[in-house]
Parts: sequence; C-alpha cells; structure tokens
Amino acid sequence: MSPIRIRTKERPVSTDDRPQDPPANSASGRATVGTGPGQPVAAGPDTTGPDTTGPDATEPAAVAPAPDGPGGSGGRRAARGSAVRGEVSLRAPKLPRWAPLLTALVATAAGALLALTLGWGLIAFAVVSAAVYAVALPAWALVVENRRSAVDRLITTLVWSAFAIALVPLVSLTWTVVSKGAPAFSAEFFSYSMRNVVGEGGGIYHAIVGTLLITGMAAVLSIPIGLMTAIYLVEYGAGRRPARVINFLVDVMTGIPSIVAGLFAFALFSIFFGPGVRMGFGGSVALSVLMIPVVVRSCEEMLKLVPNELREASYALGVPQWRTIVKVVLPTAMAGIVTGVMLAIARVAGETAPLLVIAGSTDSVNMNLFAERMMTLPVFAYYSYMQPGVPPQFGVERAWGAALALILIVMSLNLLGRLLGRLFAPKTGR
Amino acid sequence: MATSIDVSDLDIYYGDFKAVEGVTMSIPAKSVTAFIGPSGCGKSTFLRSLNRMHEVVPGARVDGRVVMGGQDLYGSDVDPVEVRRQVGMVFQRPNPFPTMSIYENVLAGNRLNSRRMKKSEADDIVERALRGANLWKEVSDRLDKPGAGLSGGQQQRLCIARAIAVEPQVLLMDEPCSALDPISTSAIEDLIHELRTEYTIVIVTHNMQQAARFSEDTAFFNLAGAGKPGRLVEMNSTKKIFSVPDDPSTEAYISGRFG
Repeated sequence: MSPIRIRTKERPVSTDDRPQDPPANSASGRATVGTGPGQPVAAGPDTTGPDTTGPDATEPAAVAPAPDGPGGSGGRRAARGSAVRGEVSLRAPKLPRWAPLLTALVATAAGALLALTLGWGLIAFAVVSAAVYAVALPAWALVVENRRSAVDRLITTLVWSAFAIALVPLVSLTWTVVSKGAPAFSAEFFSYSMRNVVGEGGGIYHAIVGTLLITGMAAVLSIPIGLMTAIYLVEYGAGRRPARVINFLVDVMTGIPSIVAGLFAFALFSIFFGPGVRMGFGGSVALSVLMIPVVVRSCEEMLKLVPNELREASYALGVPQWRTIVKVVLPTAMAGIVTGVMLAIARVAGETAPLLVIAGSTDSVNMNLFAERMMTLPVFAYYSYMQPGVPPQFGVERAWGAALALILIVMSLNLLGRLLGRLFAPKTGR
Repeated sequence: MATSIDVSDLDIYYGDFKAVEGVTMSIPAKSVTAFIGPSGCGKSTFLRSLNRMHEVVPGARVDGRVVMGGQDLYGSDVDPVEVRRQVGMVFQRPNPFPTMSIYENVLAGNRLNSRRMKKSEADDIVERALRGANLWKEVSDRLDKPGAGLSGGQQQRLCIARAIAVEPQVLLMDEPCSALDPISTSAIEDLIHELRTEYTIVIVTHNMQQAARFSEDTAFFNLAGAGKPGRLVEMNSTKKIFSVPDDPSTEAYISGRFG
C-alpha cells in the first residue's frame, strides 16, 4: 500500500500549490515524496492544506484512488508518481507476447474438456472456448497490466469474434455450393441447353446466354441514366429543389422490392404486347429499375469526392462547365464510377423474382431479347431444384451447378470492377 | 496584351450575406497589384469576382461594374467562360489535374477548349509556358509523367504555366505561396517579377514583406466589424502604403498593431 500513500500525499500539492508558487511547490513536492513511505505523517501537514489532520486523514485518501484501478496496479501508480519528481518512467508491466496464444490454448482445452465430458457438439464447444478466452485474457490483463489494456483485449476479442461469426455463413455457403456444384461442371454442361433433355445430361448454356444478355441490356439502360442523374445531382442541381426531389425519389427507388420491379415491367409490357407477355427485354427493364438507384448513389458519391479545386482550375482556364465535367471531373472519378457500376451489375445479376415474372423460363437457347421467353441462371437454378424431374438427382445437381456458375460470374464481375478501377485510378507518379 | 481593370462600386453577395461592399479601384495594366488584409475581409472574394469565378458558388452574385478593356464583365451579354479565358487564375493550393501528365496539364486550357493544333505547335506552347514559369529545366525530361508527382512548389509553377499557356491578359493569384516553403516561394516571386512585363497581375497575400517586395500598388481591405461586409480601406502605391499610409488602420495593420 505504501506507493499509493505517496501518490495521495503528493497529488494535492501538485494541484493546489502550483499556481501560487512554483519553485516552493516543486521543492516541497520533492520533499514529500522523497521522504518515502516511512514518514508520510511528517510530510503531510506542511504541504497539503486540506490534509492537515495528520495520519488519520491519509487513510481515506489512500483508499480513494482504488476505484481507478485494482490493487495490483500499485506499482504503476508509483511509477506515475515518480514522473513528478523528474524520473519519468515509460515502462509498464506487460503480458508476454505469447499470452493470447496460451490463453487460446487453455480456453480450447477447457472447451474440449467440457464438450467431451458432457457430450456437446462442435458449436457449443466453439462458443464455450470463445467465452472462456474472452473472460480469461482480459482478466489476466487486468491483474498484470491495467484497466485500459484489459478493455482493449476484451474489445479486440469481441471484434474478432464478430468477424469470425460473419465469416461462418460465407465459408459455409461457398463450401456447400462448390462441393455440390463442381461435380456438375463439364464441357457439356456449358455448351448444351436443356432442350429435349430428360434425366442426365443437358446444360446451362441457354441460361448463361440469357443472364448475360438480360444483365447486359439492363446495364446499357441504367448506366447512362444513373450516371447522368448523378452528374445532375452533383454538378448542376446541388441544393436546388429539383435535386432534392430527385434525391428523395432515388431513395424511394432503392427500397423497391425486386418482385415489384418485375410486376412493374410485366404490367408495362402487357400494355403494349397484350397479357401473358414474356420477353428478355422486360427482364432488363425490371433489373434496371433495381439498378438505377444503386448506380446513381455510387456515382454521386464518387463525383462528390472530386475536389472542387479541380473544377475551379478548369473554369479559370476558360473551360465551359460541360467540358469540365467530361474532361476533368469524370476522368478523375472514373475509377470509383467503374467499380460502383460493376458492383451494381453484380448485384442485379443474381435477381430471380423479377425474371421469374417477366422473362419466364424455357429449355431452349433464345438470343433475341425482344421475343419469347428467356432462361436465366437464377431462374434455372430455381426450377431445376423445385422440379428436378425423374430421376431427381440430375436436376438437383444441375441446380447446384447453375448456382456455382452464377457465383463465378458475379465474382469475376467484381474482380473485373476492381481491376478496371485500379487501371483508371489517377496516377501520382511516385 | 495586358489591360487595366476598373472596378466601380462593387458589392458582392453570398445569398443574402453581403461579403464585400462598395469597392472602387483601378488596377493598372502590366504591373503587380497586391491585396492585403486580415482573413475573412473579402480579398479572395473580390479577386474571384474579377474573373467571374465568384458565381461558381451557388447563390453568389454581385452588384456594380467591373470594366476591362472597355467592356463590363458583368454585362448581360457577357459570357463568363470568355471572361475566364482572358483573366486567368492561380489558386492557393496547387491543383494540377491528377489524370493528366505534365505536358497535358500545361495544354489543358487549349485542349479542353478543343482547339485543334499540330504537334509542333503544342510542343511550342508547352515549352514557352514552362519556360515562362521557370519550370522547363526541371521537368523537360519527364513531360509525360503525372503532374501530381511534382513537389508542391513545382506543382504551383505548373499551375502558373497552365494559366499562362492560354495567354490571358490578366493573371489573378490567390495566395499562391501560402502552401509553399521559402525556396519555392522565392522561385514564384522571381517568376511574378518576370511576368509583370507581359501580364496584369493581381495577387492576394498574407505576407506583407512579399507585397512590399514585388508589388507596384497595394490595396488594404478590412472588415468594418464582425458580421459586417469587408471593404476597401485604402489603395495606394506600395511605397506609400508601407511608409505613410493615408488611413490610420492601414498603418496599424502593417505595423502589427492591428485589432
């Protein structure tokens, strides 16, 4: 307890006396602390105003700092106290580097022990181990290090656990799709449609064609509209009433459920082509309804990131606003715009509901967006799984294969987006 | 090639807020005019109103006349884009276009205005502008490198080269040295000294020694009070401003007894 006593004696000195007489203060402060734990009573009265009642008063004062930290941190308190004397110590007790590893081992062992004796499953084992680790390591840190370090280790553990939990469905999904879908992959699978196929064989060629055509057309429809809307919002409309209205409408559009977009396209095309219409272009329209708000938002954010100074520099050279946007603002923001657009495409490529309604389902290859039903990968996966045919295992296998193909397409779009983004990024030359 | 600017009774607003009030001054051709004054007194705002950059900010407008070469810049049939081709501007922070090389940056004014030109003509313009900005020796071997890769001082000279490549009549500079180290600053000051023979230069600066060193005339702006618009207190030859200014507040500001 003695180091704490030193600290309580000297704290009032440093706060109360300093403003009045710095030299005297430092001298008396030195005297107080220098006398050490042996003579706190003698030092007390002449240095501290409120504490003049002698030995009794030091006891409650000595208890006071306890809430700051546990008893074990006394050594550190002393170290901090010595800072006033001029011998600044930057050292603090620290857990060894292998502490987290050891704790993890112990926690795993504890979890395994419980799991084995009580016959738990893998999940319970993981949860118990994580909980033991989350309690043990901060507690250890609290005893050896200090409160801040203990909190740091606790929060670090929680953040990593959250990350691990978020990773579980991703890994599980990837594993399931790859393990069930990969066996379906073959040359035939990618080059044949399902026309006149019963049971084994057949492929997803018609669905890949449909997905690429419909998504491509959706991109052709939405990128110009979305990009130009974003340009209006950032470059021309900023703060004006029409821009505020458009902003609100884009927000509303973001919330449209995909099945509603499909029904909208279906209703729209029914007006022109009569009831029961099915065509790939309708699917593109439905997808672009979903895609436009995403494109607007991502492009808007990217355009906002372009520093105003560049626009002003261009204006100051006598360049009109539209040329400034085309030649300066868009190239500067191009990397982000490309990435955002690619992500938007990837996002709508996997839509099922609207295509189910308007693009329909077929077993044949259809290259014409403007006539007849068109198969797409998500719809193919859905129907193959729901109506696998007889015997069912081939249909189910094709469904997983289509799912894996869809994931690969979306993932390569994402990668392509990142690659293009890096390609377009402004060069610094360093 | 250079022309004088006559400003009469100019009020500048941001929305309902009057930022600058009643400025009347005459900026002589082919000389350097410095604007000094405390922060927020409207120097930069006034400078930006001289090439209609001011109205880039939504809600900004002016009342009054700015006459250059016999034409009112704020006349109803004047195209601000044409004004800015005649009145170039250099900003406080160097802002080369990050997507362009040094070469393209210098040519930006011409290229962005889609002037067709031969390669030799373009090379000529680039070399002349970079020599004019005292940058040619440093970058002539790496013209195809990105402009953003240069040092701060070089970037600022690149911006000056870019501004003079379109051959304006007037060059406005908004604290061009405030983001630079002393060596780059002195390079830019030397440059301004040389450019005065061809251009009308108006420069905003917080550095009074700088204003005293290279300007022929100096204008002192001040605020009437917090929340009130800035105004022109005094404009005189630099020599007079820094020795026997007419207004006591000018003297107080220059000698550091401001407040």
